Amino acid sequence: MTQQAEKSTIVLFSGELDKAIAAFIIANGAAAYEQEVTIFFTFWGLNALRKDQQVPVKKGLLEKMFGWMMPRGAGKLPLSKMNFLGAGPKMIKHVMKKHNALSLPELIELAREQGVKLVACTMTMDLLGLKQEELIDGIEYAGVAAYLGDATEAKVNLFI
Amino acid sequence: MNHDKLVDATGLACPLPIVRTKKAMNELQSGQVLEVHATDKGSKNDLSAWAKSTGHELVSDTEENGVYKFWIKKG
Repeated sequence: MTQQAEKSTIVLFSGELDKAIAAFIIANGAAAYEQEVTIFFTFWGLNALRKDQQVPVKKGLLEKMFGWMMPRGAGKLPLSKMNFLGAGPKMIKHVMKKHNALSLPELIELAREQGVKLVACTMTMDLLGLKQEELIDGIEYAGVAAYLGDATEAKVNLFI
Repeated sequence: MNHDKLVDATGLACPLPIVRTKKAMNELQSGQVLEVHATDKGSKNDLSAWAKSTGHELVSDTEENGVYKFWIKKG
């Protein structure tokens, strides 16, 4: 029935909750389509992969400042619209629970269970001062060539 | 209609009905029938599109009091 598995890729550039949720719903859907799915996290999207607790790592002042200013993990991302200083994400999480929709951390867990490949962009990790120890375990690290390697074989490539 | 396995995805939101369906389908043999219950209004289009492109056959579907039922034969 199945020959070569079809592929999909998503570039998650945004570090906003609503966009990350959309990316992970599509990724989980594609995995249910028996596709090989890659999500490539770059720039602000990397924040969705941060561990929620502080990890002791050596950093310069600028890197430390970035670390403080950026949201620490999938549970802390702001909304792209109607953020209202953090009240918006609380409201949307409440509404999602009411509708039995999975939270972003749950969607990430489901994606991992389904074998979705999570790839952190090492160049932007350096720019933002993020270290491997600060990101969740079990992800891959790569650059644009690895992404393009997956993307050229994929039929669906999204930039979010 | 007879089924070999039942997935109850009622009350679950997208993308869970399709994810659960896919998981259950993996446990069936070719020719066996999976019955799926869902309340997500998108599930009719979702499941027929999914069955079509993954090589399974949507044999029949019904809707009653907001519950959608599907019978999908494994390809």
